[in-house]
Amino acid sequence: MKRFLWIFLAVSLFSLVWVGNVFAQKPTPSDDEVNAVASQMFCPVCENTPLDVCPTQACAQWRELIRTKLSEGWNADQIKQYFATQYGVRVLAEPPRQGLNWLVYIVPPFLIVIGVYILFRAFRSMHTVNQLAGGETEPNGPATDEYTSRIEEELKKRN
Amino acid sequence: MNEGNSTPNAEVEAAPKRGVPIWIQVIIWLLLLGLLAIIAFNMKRSQQGSLKVGDPIQNFTLSFFDGYQFQGKPEINLSDLKGKVVVVNFWASWCKPCEQEAAALESVWKTYESGGQVVFVGVDYVDTEPEARKYLSNFGITFPNGPDVGTKISQYFRITGVPETYFIDQAGNLAYAQIGPFGSESEIQAIIDPLIQK
Amino acid sequence: MVEDFGYGVLILSFILAIYAIGSAVYGYVHRSQKWVESSRLAMQLTFPILTLSVISLIYLLVNDQYHVAFVYEVTSRSMPMYLKITSLWGGQSGSLVFWAWLMAAFSTAVSLRKWDRDREFLPWVVVVTSLTMAFFVGLVIFYENPFLQYWKSFSGDVISAMFQPAGSAFFAPTDGRGLNPLLRHPGMVIHPPMLYLGFVSFVIPFAFAIAALVTGRTDDRWIRITRRWTIIAWTFLSLGLVLGGRWAYDVLGWGGYWGWDPVEISAFMPWLTGTAFLHSVMIQEKRGMLKYWNMLLIILTYALVIFGTFLTRSGVLSSVHAFAQSAIGPAFFIFIGITFVTSVALLIYRWADLKAESQMTSMLSREALFLLNNLLFMSILVVCFWGVIFPLISELVTGQKITVGPPFYKNATGPLFAALVLLMGIAPLSAWGHSTLKTLGQAMWKPLIASLVVMVIIFFGFDIRQPYALIGFFVIFTSAFITIYEFWRAARARSRAQKENILLALWRLAGRNRRRYGGYIIHLAIVCMSLGIIGIEMFQTQTQGTIAQGQSLQLDGYTVTYKDLAVFDTNDNRNVARAVLTVSKNGQFLTELYPRRDYYYESQQPMTIPGVRSTMADDLYVILVDWQPILSSGATFKIYHNPLVNWLWLGSIILIFGSIVAGWPDKEVEIVPARVRRNQIAGSAVGQQVD
Repeated sequence: MKRFLWIFLAVSLFSLVWVGNVFAQKPTPSDDEVNAVASQMFCPVCENTPLDVCPTQACAQWRELIRTKLSEGWNADQIKQYFATQYGVRVLAEPPRQGLNWLVYIVPPFLIVIGVYILFRAFRSMHTVNQLAGGETEPNGPATDEYTSRIEEELKKRN
Repeated sequence: MNEGNSTPNAEVEAAPKRGVPIWIQVIIWLLLLGLLAIIAFNMKRSQQGSLKVGDPIQNFTLSFFDGYQFQGKPEINLSDLKGKVVVVNFWASWCKPCEQEAAALESVWKTYESGGQVVFVGVDYVDTEPEARKYLSNFGITFPNGPDVGTKISQYFRITGVPETYFIDQAGNLAYAQIGPFGSESEIQAIIDPLIQK
Repeated sequence: MVEDFGYGVLILSFILAIYAIGSAVYGYVHRSQKWVESSRLAMQLTFPILTLSVISLIYLLVNDQYHVAFVYEVTSRSMPMYLKITSLWGGQSGSLVFWAWLMAAFSTAVSLRKWDRDREFLPWVVVVTSLTMAFFVGLVIFYENPFLQYWKSFSGDVISAMFQPAGSAFFAPTDGRGLNPLLRHPGMVIHPPMLYLGFVSFVIPFAFAIAALVTGRTDDRWIRITRRWTIIAWTFLSLGLVLGGRWAYDVLGWGGYWGWDPVEISAFMPWLTGTAFLHSVMIQEKRGMLKYWNMLLIILTYALVIFGTFLTRSGVLSSVHAFAQSAIGPAFFIFIGITFVTSVALLIYRWADLKAESQMTSMLSREALFLLNNLLFMSILVVCFWGVIFPLISELVTGQKITVGPPFYKNATGPLFAALVLLMGIAPLSAWGHSTLKTLGQAMWKPLIASLVVMVIIFFGFDIRQPYALIGFFVIFTSAFITIYEFWRAARARSRAQKENILLALWRLAGRNRRRYGGYIIHLAIVCMSLGIIGIEMFQTQTQGTIAQGQSLQLDGYTVTYKDLAVFDTNDNRNVARAVLTVSKNGQFLTELYPRRDYYYESQQPMTIPGVRSTMADDLYVILVDWQPILSSGATFKIYHNPLVNWLWLGSIILIFGSIVAGWPDKEVEIVPARVRRNQIAGSAVGQQVD
């Protein structure tokens, strides 16, 4: 009895898989799905134009290739990887984070941090100079050059 | 008219004047020169145009589409072809002008194939395989063809578009570069024949 | 004949510019006013002379003189008159002439000012402007001559040369190739002049800066002289950039206005340093600080102008905006090398003289916040510069091309832009010299509450949950409300004091201090533009589909129905495929759209013209991607929904207005009731507006 139960379970599982197989197979990916991947790539034929909007025949073929790969169940990263090996890394909108390319991502933050440091030091040194000079130096008093505040003061005096 | 209000506490002016420290000056000049050097090299590169006649051609390896072979192997090394005239044709299935010359190239290839002195190689530039195969079978191309993986070969040749055809002599130097399609078979033969005779 | 005349006057203007440089230097060295004056007169003459050359070229363009190579390349008989004129800047050589001509206009204009108080600057201003102009004229004369004619040798080859080569005959094609179709757009007609105007007008402040460095007169005089030039330059450059964006949006058919293309970025970089300069000069004027920094900024701006022009025109970068490969690269490179090295050397030489006259007293003072603003602009510059330069380095090292594209720039600059917009709101509240959290808080709390209310509405009413978008909106609305509140506070104070109507008070107030209130208007313009940018960057949606006649595509509640498509030839040599679509929302018909694809036979170039339904809330932007010969079998459309994008263009119009307010020359003295006038301490108020 117990054995039959197992067989029955196995058979029903198999039939479930068999019937469900049709759902696992993806329908032809829509243009939108294709474009979602294509917009992250550039094609060497039309330089600096994203692949999803490039009107040339070459790019249309590339988009069809993306469609094929999507229907084979590839995901966006796999497809990008495939295109990068096939046509060179310049198809990627951003250089891959490896080797020399790390410089792209590291140098700007590094320089910005240096900028922040310089600014911070400038502020601090000015602060110390101020304290040496005997506390707050208020050249004209707070906001004397403000036309509005002058008018406001004027108002106060009148009231 | 009244610059006076811009100097509220002039006593700071008394501080000793300091120039730019030498090490910062050195860094600035190095950066500036580095930038100029980068631009100079890139400009030189972009001004070079295509390869020049007489330039030695570096070795490259081209793996063929399935069904093509050269001397029984599915790939070709340029360095193995010393002593032969090599015709490298860049094409793509999306390229209309390429279609003009495809049949001519094939028929010229047929005339030289048996002689063994000339090798034709087709390099497929940024193309998709199904369309490329369709193109090849449409025109009945029999000489070996393969995709330019990573666009390495085309970048080396600095092609400006497709079709372009490069003729490499027996010594491995560029003998002739054709930008754009060929008009006729005789045009191609007129380039190859003097090379064989050399 | 006309071409010979045009070329002749070109050479004449080159000689004049060289003479101006020579006599200015001679006059400076020998302290001879006569020579300096003579150089000024020579510089003055360059504009009328170059104008003759430009007129000759336009004459050739308009009259279908196809024996001239440039005319053949950029015009054709079927082009309308206005395009024939504007194709002057549709090709490399013509646009170089145009550049030089604008440069001459500015140098002539600057030569006409009253020099009485600034005689010592004159020779060096002449040298810098004339050198820049001579360089561009030289490029035209020696490398990119638009007056070259076609000649047919007896062997049948057609060659282009200025003078008839031996053994050749006159040759004139019957029709030209016509202007690149992408450039046949009103946006493209005015975009290059605006951009070039922005570029060349930044040369003027640079020239004064160099003059100040050479002569050692490093007080803020040079800044006061060039203040208005800087505002003009900045306005033109901003407009040039916006128009370029508008052109891309209308013509390139990728649903966007800015693609972070290297050429776009190289026009954007001088804008960044120019904007930073515009702000930091105020610190020098008010507080005598940051002298070296201002010098550095204007030198950078000039360098980036030249560098950007070089990148675009030398073939180092390729792009939809770039000119074709050209031989001018090496000459340009040498010019860049000389100007960079000279300016930096001068700056280092004078560094010690550029000491600050006063000190920062508070982290919340306006000068401190302006410094922060400068830091942010420089950070964006670093990102942009590195993104443009790195692929060049990488290609040299690895031999492989790489792309540094939009994702990189968006991620890197997004937070910086947001911080800038926020700072733009807060900084005007702080006072020069000193402010405290308390004074800032007092001015800020009301607008802050207002923007929080708006945020609640956006969050619950519009159901927007993306954190970055919310941050963006918050920053924008805070900034906007603070600026508007500033206007209102000042106007109310004045209207009470003067018993004026509030609008009149606002008008008078802005009139009293144009620079500040013009600046605020520009800030509001930037806020509007940011709103548009957030809309399209964060909320753009798109869909694409192939539909048969009568079928529809849906996007964000819009229904786009394919009605009809016609393919026909036009009499100006185009093949046009034009679709008819109807747009409806909630079952209600809104409009018809006509996206089309033009194919230009002459240049074998397709052009995608979108059909756009535009409102202040959103744009519906439809592109015809593909179509079947049999209509019923369908056509492919791509639809973009771009929320708020119109605020970007609206903002740019406000920007023009604000710039006019800020840059308007103040001559008339306002009549102020005697009592108020007495209370004004001489200098402090007037100093802000009188040059």
